[in-house]
This record gives sequence, structure tokens and C-alpha cells, in this order.
Amino acid sequence: MIAAPDAPLPTPDAAAVPAVELRGIVKRFPGVVANDGVDFDLRVGEIHALLGENGAGKSTLMNVLDGLYRPDAGEIRVLGRAVEFRSPRDAIAAGLGMVHQHFALVPTQTVTENVLLGLARPRLRLDLRHFDEEVADLARRHGLAVDPRARVWQLSVGEQQRVEILKMLYRGARILILDEPTAVLAPQEAADLFRTLRAMVAGGSSVVFISHKLGEVGQIADRVTVMRRGRVTAAGVATRTTTPAGLARLMVGREVVEAIERSPFAPGPVVLRLRDVAAESDRGLPALRGVSLEVRAGEILGVAGVAGNGQSELAQVMTGLRRCTAGSIVVDGGEVGNRAPREAIGRRVAHVPEDRTGVGTAPDLSVADNLIMKSYREPPVARRWSIDRGAVRRFANRLREAYAIAAPSVETEARLLSGGNLQRLILAREIASEPRLMVAVQPTRGLDVGAIATVHRLLLDQRAAGAATLLISEDLDEILALADRVAVIYEGRIVGLFDAAAADVATIGLLMTGGSATPAAAPGDAGRSVP
Amino acid sequence: MDPTIILAAGVSSGTVLLFAAVGEILAERAGVLNLGVEGMMLIGAVAAFGTAVATGNPWLGLVVGTLAGGLLALLHAVITISFQAEQVVSGLALTFLGTGLARVAGEDLSKAGAIALLPTATIPGLSAIPVLGPILFTGQSILVYVGFAVVPVTWWWIARTRPGLHLRAIGESPTAADTLGVAVYRLRYAYVVVGGLFAGLAGATITLAISPGWFGDLTTSGQGWIAVALVIFAQWSPIRAALGAYAFAAIRRMLLDIQGPEQLFGVRNPFYYDHTLTFFLEMLPYLLIIAVLVAVSGEAMRKRIGAPAALGVPYVRGERGQ
Amino acid sequence: MTAGVPAGSPARAGRSLPWTVRLERRLEVPRWLPFATTLGAVAVALLLSGLVLWVAGGDPIAIFGHILRSSFGSLGVLSDTLVKATPLILTGLACALAFRMRLWNIGAEGQFLMGAWGASAIVLFPVVPDGTPAIVTIPLMMAAGMAAGALYGAIPGVLRAVRGVNEIIVTLMLNYVAALWIAFWVFGPWSEGGFQLSRAFPPEAWLPRLSDAADVVPALSGLTVHLGLAFGLVAAVLVHFLLFRSRRGYEIRLIGDSPRAARYAGVNVARTTVIVFAMSGALAGLAGMSEVAGVVHRLQQAISPGYGFTAIIVAYIAKLHPYGVVVAAIAFGALILAGREIQPSGIPAMIQGIILFSLIASEALLRYRIRVVRRVA
Repeated sequence: MIAAPDAPLPTPDAAAVPAVELRGIVKRFPGVVANDGVDFDLRVGEIHALLGENGAGKSTLMNVLDGLYRPDAGEIRVLGRAVEFRSPRDAIAAGLGMVHQHFALVPTQTVTENVLLGLARPRLRLDLRHFDEEVADLARRHGLAVDPRARVWQLSVGEQQRVEILKMLYRGARILILDEPTAVLAPQEAADLFRTLRAMVAGGSSVVFISHKLGEVGQIADRVTVMRRGRVTAAGVATRTTTPAGLARLMVGREVVEAIERSPFAPGPVVLRLRDVAAESDRGLPALRGVSLEVRAGEILGVAGVAGNGQSELAQVMTGLRRCTAGSIVVDGGEVGNRAPREAIGRRVAHVPEDRTGVGTAPDLSVADNLIMKSYREPPVARRWSIDRGAVRRFANRLREAYAIAAPSVETEARLLSGGNLQRLILAREIASEPRLMVAVQPTRGLDVGAIATVHRLLLDQRAAGAATLLISEDLDEILALADRVAVIYEGRIVGLFDAAAADVATIGLLMTGGSATPAAAPGDAGRSVP
Repeated sequence: MDPTIILAAGVSSGTVLLFAAVGEILAERAGVLNLGVEGMMLIGAVAAFGTAVATGNPWLGLVVGTLAGGLLALLHAVITISFQAEQVVSGLALTFLGTGLARVAGEDLSKAGAIALLPTATIPGLSAIPVLGPILFTGQSILVYVGFAVVPVTWWWIARTRPGLHLRAIGESPTAADTLGVAVYRLRYAYVVVGGLFAGLAGATITLAISPGWFGDLTTSGQGWIAVALVIFAQWSPIRAALGAYAFAAIRRMLLDIQGPEQLFGVRNPFYYDHTLTFFLEMLPYLLIIAVLVAVSGEAMRKRIGAPAALGVPYVRGERGQ
Repeated sequence: MTAGVPAGSPARAGRSLPWTVRLERRLEVPRWLPFATTLGAVAVALLLSGLVLWVAGGDPIAIFGHILRSSFGSLGVLSDTLVKATPLILTGLACALAFRMRLWNIGAEGQFLMGAWGASAIVLFPVVPDGTPAIVTIPLMMAAGMAAGALYGAIPGVLRAVRGVNEIIVTLMLNYVAALWIAFWVFGPWSEGGFQLSRAFPPEAWLPRLSDAADVVPALSGLTVHLGLAFGLVAAVLVHFLLFRSRRGYEIRLIGDSPRAARYAGVNVARTTVIVFAMSGALAGLAGMSEVAGVVHRLQQAISPGYGFTAIIVAYIAKLHPYGVVVAAIAFGALILAGREIQPSGIPAMIQGIILFSLIASEALLRYRIRVVRRVA
């Protein structure tokens, strides 16, 4: 079933036969038509971008191609042959490999073990040393630097992505599907990835590149297919003939992406002051190594960085969810570091956490119960040690209407809400506590355009209302659009601090990767979306 | 109070715990917690003993007892893997069901007379090794030697083979394994059933070799639960589980032997003269388990090692990311 | 992916069939469905049990008929059923409360025994001399029983909160320890004439029974229902209030659903763990007190036919709802009462196991809609 790395690869007769052909793909989920008669074709030796907003149906389409989902209707051809994949395993056997946004890696196992996982070879005894060499060799040939003996949890996100690609190459994949691969990468890392991809297609492979960033599509792809709401709005257009503005219109169905309006910057007194804060990660490794920051009332401080450089830990120490090993965290003159989370809540520190379903909400409790998470200790919700059900319902209904949370009732379980509505719920709750300091982590990740706009507006409203905001995001565009000042975090240290207005994307990108790469301006621009 | 006798007895009766713990390790490594070990052991014990009584053939009893444990585990697999039910509750239900069924099936067995047991053996050569020979290789049941073999084989299987790699993967990150074509559901079924086979074997080991006879629930007297605790102590390693099983059984035997002599270490033995004090001796193994768990949990927290990441979590295909 | 991710389990049906069975995640659970599936599951369980009985050579209809007659057939046996249900209500509440927080307290049995011991200690040590009026003795026994149960329950709570020790194993081991502890006292210091039981409590330490009022209302004569039933009913109301109307209860439900969200909301998870375990132990301890003071009137080894274990099923059948616990406890009280006369003795335990299995299997019906769909051509 599985093509061994040295097995003969299917040779395409000519460029005339497309690598992949999708015809009339329909995929329905309960309540949603994710793909509504989608056509798509990928030529041999090209990089074809699949562009669209979050929720446009790009990932669904590619999951159908990859055999993860079964289409409700439609036809799939790979190198001219009609196929019906029952699982990703079938897809891999046909030379087709997908790298998902959420990596499918086993953290406790080594790189080599991850590469070998699922293969039918060896029969029984596993001589890892032998395979370590094979994997190292494959990595070298494709310019994918990674240590085969390292355990995956020790690797950076960029390295983990390389392991994912290696897994597919080892299985002989000649058609690679990458789902938003740059979302987790710094500009320089993205440049490395682009180089690898270019070399691969030059060698006869084909790549589908899923993205919602217009800039990088123009830079890396030969052709682009645009999707909106489950349908194709532009099929296989050569990127040379497109403009970002034109693609944007096809993508969002509006002529212009609205610019965010902000009130003038009027900073007040210092609300948050971090002094030499250090903390460890879940694994007991140093995650923060002496972070010092100040945020003023009415200011948004953006913390930019590549995933896994201490951002999560930074948010957690400020809200009492993680111990700090050194330093002090002062909010409005009171220490909150190494105190119970209630201390921070009492000092009106609001927190929009990274993990909306695991931390920010209790999925099986009702919308109402989720909305009172920060206010159940005080009147009107609480009457001493009891809870006033009527007051809860009134409070919840007020927030549901004010923040347009789409739920049948406040008794609906939170897990039934869409990502955007869940984030509205969290923001409604946090803003209702009239925060002095707002800590927002990846507040728009995975949301659709409408929801993103709402979140941005709410954050700016808080700024106007005089709250201090710490915005931690891996999306540099978001930070540059919202923040007054930008701090760059790398390996648990603040390595740069800029006024957002004067910030240079190339410099920030360089700092995000530890400043070791050469300052390549182009990938930095790729990170910017349309004006 | 002869150390050789105590240790030899520890190896002998520890084999029961060893089988049960190794089976549970395999199931938990695959990501399925099965708290029904006690029930599966009882079923295995009664099925083995009943068969041996009926046919006079202990080997047939061994096979039937082992299969009975596997059959009960299959029920757990259906409920937790296919129906994705809470594994804790299903395991408890398995204990109730196994205990009840075993009592029903064993209705007349407590009156059964002596039966032919599985043979014992003394290994020529090895039994002559000083200290270890009399403990490990002299007059032990054939199943004790099976236990010696099971431990390295399961260790090798988990750590050094391709199926072992897949086993570890489905317990740590079933989504990753599934994406790469590892048959998560099928493998989990297989390992849960294998775990049940081992539990059945453990039960059969009691009634056919170690302490023959059927005494209702007292046949296992909570050893299934101790096996579950051992797995945590062993941190999912068959080798540590084996050492723990032998050590625990030896300690229990020692506590029993303490009650025998009038004099203990040259002083008056209080347990000999006041029998009610022995209740405190009997508490010690259970308290020991708790103490060991406390120690191990602290160590696990410090070193950040722990259970397979997906242990206890039903795998649902297609639920990825957010 | 946005919301509405499917939980399809594709391609599990046979390859050649023109249709396939699909499990689809339900978006909304109709209000009636949980009750319907619970009833359905119990019905299926009874059918299965009947099948097993029939295979084993028994007459299931006769056995079930016997169970019904001997537990609800007359006022007298109904009273006996309620007596059996009383400890189950309290231990069932103990389990339901802990399970709400996903704390697997399998130790209600041990906490029950310790509660019985604590209550007995008041009259057997004795803490108060014989002849002390009931109005003093009974509250003291209640307090001692609850305190003993709470302390015993707090042990796994503390170990779990401070060291992350698996509470299932600890509570189970403590069950064995508690049984041995009772054995020590009834064989040793409190043994009456060398028998394995204590002397009988003085009448001031007996919980009043309905039959005590037979002088006034002759119809009550012979009715064994005692004040413990009232403890159970009051406890159910209090636990309901605690869970659904109090700040602490909100925290318990929050932790039960998502401990990380609870920490984020500022809940002290460790402290709540200890408190809930102690409350759970106190309820089970009160059950033990009510059993020695209301039924046995002495301490002996066999005071529980596994109430603490049956409580787990009771709590589950009730879907962890306090009022449901009362209903389920009465049903299981009947099973235990009738079960004493059923041979072989394993049948009640077997039926309990089958019921629990059917229940958890039926929960799949709540989460998924099973649909048969035609295959894509």
C-alpha cells in the first residue's frame, strides 16, 4: 500500500494530466454546507494557492481530498485516475500528503518514530538507529534541518512543521497539501519554507498552499483559486494577472477591506508593571527569562512573536494561572504575581485566553453559567453565598443582546456556540467586569472576518474607555493594526520595543527569529495583508 | 520468618499481580483505562476452576479462564471505544458485573473437592544458583515461569517493535496515529481484550496454581485493584510492574508470617499474644499502596512524567483542533 | 475549522452495503430524552438480566415478581424497602456530589463504616454515659458520625489536591482499611463476651421509628422506618440547594466541567476538592450513623451489604441529580431487600452491573443521533 521511499514513483506523462482534479465536491455538516459543488485542479509541478477567509471551506475541501472526510457528492481524480479515498492512508498511498494546521505529531516520541508511525515496515523489530540515518538523509536532501533523535515536544513549531513535511516525503508523497503553513511561522522561517517548496516543485512535485493571506499568495503561488462560503469565486487564476485588491474582493465579497478607525493615543498612568519576570513552561524549562514591561491606561501594547516563545506563559503569570520563579507583577500598585487567580480578578484584570474551549469557557455549562464566571461572587448575581437565578438570567440576557451572541437562549450549552460567538461570550464577560487591564491572547485566531472585526472594535473600545491592554498575538498584522506600541518576544525575553507607527516589519521579523537570519524584507511584506 | 521462603512465596503469588498489571499496562498504553480488573479476574478464576472441576483438566481450565477474562473486557471495549462512554464508570460496572456473574457461576464450586493443579517445576542448573535459585527456580508453578517470560517480551514489544510504536502512539496521540493510517479503534479493541486475557489468566493462576479453590469474592480479595494501583506505581513499565508485584506479595507474606512465632527478634511477639492486633498488620498492605502512590505521584509531578496523554479519553474521529 | 465540526465515523459499516450507519453529534438534546433513555436503559437491563436468569435455569418472571412483591407488596415491606433505601439515599448523595466534580469517590463504603464507628464511639467508649437523654445522644452521634466520615473522606481529598494522587485507588484501599478498623473494635475493645459485635446501644441512642408511635396510631405498628429517612430527604434538598443555588455549587459544577476554566475563573480547585470530599464523606458517615442507630443498634462487622458501592449506581441512574438519587435509592433498596432471599446470591450484583452498563451505553444515544444514510454513488 505505502510507497517506500526508494520505490518507483508514478511518472506523470505530461503536464496535460493534472496532478489533482476535483469535480463538483459537496460536503455537508449538520447545519452547514461547507463545500457546495467545488471544482479544483492542481497541475504537476506548480504551487497552487487556495485562498479564502476562515470558514470559506478551504480546509474542508482539502480534507476531502486527503481522505479524512468523505464527500457527499463529487469526483476526485489523481493523475487522471478516479479515486475514492477512505482514509488519509489511501491518499498517502496515491502519493498525496497533507500537513494540517494542527500538527498530527506524538510529542513524547522522537522525530524518526513520528516519521515511521503508521508504516507497514519494518515487520516487527524496529532498529531506530538505522532509520535515524534514513530520516537524516532525507531531511538533508530537502533542506529540512531537524535532528531525527530529538523528541517532538523539544522542537520549535517551525521544526515540527518540517517533521510533518518529512513524514509525507518519507512516504513518497509527490503532491503536498499545506494548510495555512505560515500561520505559525516567523517571516524568516516562512522564507525558508518557501525555498524548500520551490525546490520541491522544481523536482516535479506539486503543492496546494492554503492561505488567507493575500500577500504571500502572490509571492509563492503560480496560480490561485479563491473560495467564499463554500463556493469557488475564482478558479486557477495565474497570480501574475491578479492584484491583491482584486483577490480581496473575490475573497470577502466586498470591494475594500475596512480600515480600522482608532481614536488618538492618549496614554494615562501606568497600570501594569512587570519587573524581571521569569517562569517555567509545563515541561519545567525556562519560558520567561526576565521580562520587564509597562502598559499605561488607554494604551494597547502588542506582544509579537513566533508561537512558543513564552507568550502563553506571559499571559498566565499575569492572571495568576502560573507561578513566576522571579520578578514582580504589579497592577495598579498591587502585586498579582504568585497570587491566586482571584487576586488578579479582584484587581480587575480581564483575560481573553488563548484556549477558548478549554480555559475560556466550560463547554457543558450554559451560556448564562459561562457569563457569570467572573461575577458570581458579587451582587447582583450573588446574594451572600447563594446565587440569584433571576439575576443571573437578567445579567446573561443583557450581555447576550448587547454583544449579539447568537444562541437560542442563555440556557444553551456553550459547546454549541460557533467560534465567533464563543469569543463574543468571553469578551462580553470580561468587558462586563470593567477591566483596568485587559490581557488578550490570540483573540481572533480561527474566527471569520465578521467576528474578527467585532473583536477588534471591542478591544479598541476598551482602549478608548481607558483600559490598559496587553495584546499577545502571533498575527503581526493584527498587532500593527491595533497596538500603540509593539514588544517583540523571543525565547522568553523582550528583544525589542517600538512605537507601532514607526515600526519596521522587516526589523520586527528579524527580532522574532532571534535576529540570526539575514534581514530579508520580502517575506516580511508577505506577512502584511492588503491595505 | 525465613527470607528465602518469604521471597519465593512473593514471586509465586506475585505472579497473579504481575499478569493483571501487565494486562492493564497494555490497555492503558493504548489509552483505555479499565478499572474492571477485579471483575475480570474473578470471572477468569471461576471459569478456570469450574472447567477444571468439570473436566479434570487444569490446562483446559487455564484456557477457558483466560478467554473468559478477555470476553468480559470485550464488553468494556464496546462501551468505551465504540460508545465512547466514561471509562471509569464502565470499569466499575465491569467489576459489579464480573463479581455478580462469578458468584452466580461459582454457586456450587466452593464445595468442590481437590482438583488436579497445574504442574510445578524446578529448573535444573538454575535452581543451583546461590540465593536466587531457591527463590526463583525451585518448585515454582509453571505459570511463575510464564510470568518470567511475559515481562521482557511485553517490554520489548512496547519499546522495540513497530506494533509497539503504534501502541504508544494511540495512547499518546490517537489523532496523529489515525491520520497516518494506524487503526486506532481496532488496536484499542485488541489491547483492551489482551488486557482482559491477562486478567483472566491472573484469575486462573489463583485458582489453578497459587491458592487453589473457589472462595467467592475472597478468591481475589481486591488484588485486581492492587494491580491497577501497581500500574501507576510502575509508570506503565512492565519491568517495574513485575518488581512491584513480587515485592508487594513478599511483604504481604511477611506480614502473615510475623504472626506465627512467640518470639520476634528475641522479644515477645505482641501479634502472637493479642490476635486483634493482626488487623493492623492486615491494614499495612493497603496503607503501603497509598504511601507508594503518594511517593510516586510526587515524583511524577516533579519529573513531569505521567500517564499516556490520551488515557481515559475516548477517541472520536473527525474532532480535530477546534 | 469553524464550529459544527462533524463527529462522523465514516466507513465503519460493511463495504458492499448500499447504506451506512452514521453517528452524528446532536446539536440539541430534547429535554425529555435523558429521562426516556434512563427508563429505556433500565428496562433493557432488566430484560438482559431476565435473559441471563433464564439461561441459568431460573424463572425470570417469578424472580422479578418476587422482587416486586417482597419490596412493595404491603405497607410493611414498603417500610422495609425504605429502611434499605435510607443508607442508599445518603451514600448516593455522597457519590453524586463528588461525581459532579468528577472526583471519583469510590470510598463511600469506607466512609459509611467510619461514620458508623464514630457514632458508636459516643455510646461505646462511652463519650456520654448510658441514660443520657436522646436529645443529647442522637445529635452527638450524628455529629460524630459525620465528622468521622468527613475526616476519612478528606484523606483522599487532601492527597489528590496536594500531590495529585489518584483518588480511585486511595478510596478503594481505605475501604479495606475501614473494614479492618471496624473488625479490630468489634473483635477487641468493644467485643461483647468474645462475640464479633458490640453490646446493644441503650435505647436513648436509637433513632425513633414509626412503630414507636403505634400506641397513638395503631396502623404504624411494625413499621420499621426510622428518622434516618428524614435525614436522607433533608440531605437531598440541601445538596440540591448547594449544587444549583449556591456559589460553592456553581464552583463545583464549573470544576466538574472544566478544571482549567475553573482556575481561570478564580476558583481554588484544591480547596474545593478537599471540601467536597469531606462533604461527601460526611454524607456517607451520616448514613453509617443512621444505620447503627436506626437499624442495627450496635456495631458489628456486617453492617453494610455494599451500600457504598451500590451508591455509585444509584448516583449514576439519577444522572447525579439529588432528587433522582432518592428515587433510584428506593428502587435499589427494593433490589437489596428482595435480593437477600434470591439464590444465587450474586444475582443482585449482576443486575446492578447490567443496569450500569445499559445506562452508560444509553448515554451514547444522548450524544449522538444514529442515522442510516444511503451511500454516495
